[in-house]
Amino acid sequence: MNILQVYLTLAAVLFSLGIFAVITRRNAIAVLMGIELILNAANLNFIAFARFGGMNFSGHIFALFVIVLAAAEAAVALAIIINLYQNFQSINVDEAQQLKQ
Amino acid sequence: MTNIVFWFFVIMTITAALMVVLSKNLIYAAIALLVTFLGVAAMYVFLWADFIAGTQVMIYIGGILILLLFGIMLTHKITSVRISHTNVQRGVGALIVAAIFVGLVWMINFTPWLKVTTQEPLQTVHSIGTLLMTDFLLPFEVASVLLLGALIGAAVLARKET
Repeated sequence: MNILQVYLTLAAVLFSLGIFAVITRRNAIAVLMGIELILNAANLNFIAFARFGGMNFSGHIFALFVIVLAAAEAAVALAIIINLYQNFQSINVDEAQQLKQ
Repeated sequence: MTNIVFWFFVIMTITAALMVVLSKNLIYAAIALLVTFLGVAAMYVFLWADFIAGTQVMIYIGGILILLLFGIMLTHKITSVRISHTNVQRGVGALIVAAIFVGLVWMINFTPWLKVTTQEPLQTVHSIGTLLMTDFLLPFEVASVLLLGALIGAAVLARKET
């Protein structure tokens, strides 16, 4: 398929679903999954413009850096979530309201 | 033939992403996320980015998804409690998301995109490697420091306090 708009629309769908997960999910890990969806949507846009918009390999490099940052972000976020679980015995984001217990 | 494969992957990606967002079982959501990542990797192949597709499969599916599954295992009592969770405020969330989506689609269809015809590259890995070692050397090195920082930070945070 050689139409830029198809890829952009698919990325928009992934982005919207990611936002929906971030807004409505209670479980912190599910929120993290939504963030991964958003990052994938951004990556898809970068690669689409690399092919159709004349960004060439700069787009590929950008996507690579996004993947690296996503890996780092997931590791730190999961460490925080495990800490949250040790302190509250629950990882629902709306139950973690206290800074200190 | 290519068209059929392409639309198959598009529909697979969207369906799996919907399952990630709506599934009640967290493990099912993680497995659906795997399918979503695979579909996006297929999109990269259609966009001539074979190296990025390989990286996507290796890091997202081999790394991040395994990490997420570990997180689910470590934060739920698997034997005693059902691993389920709910969504809150679905109505308001769906309204906001629908507004964002409609705006995005409107923008995508009414923007006069710059169209550049490019040739299919003969080799992607060679060009990416050259760019990483020349134009993008500083971000490349900074990324290594960031990964080290994230590694140490995650280990310190997740450790049980003695």
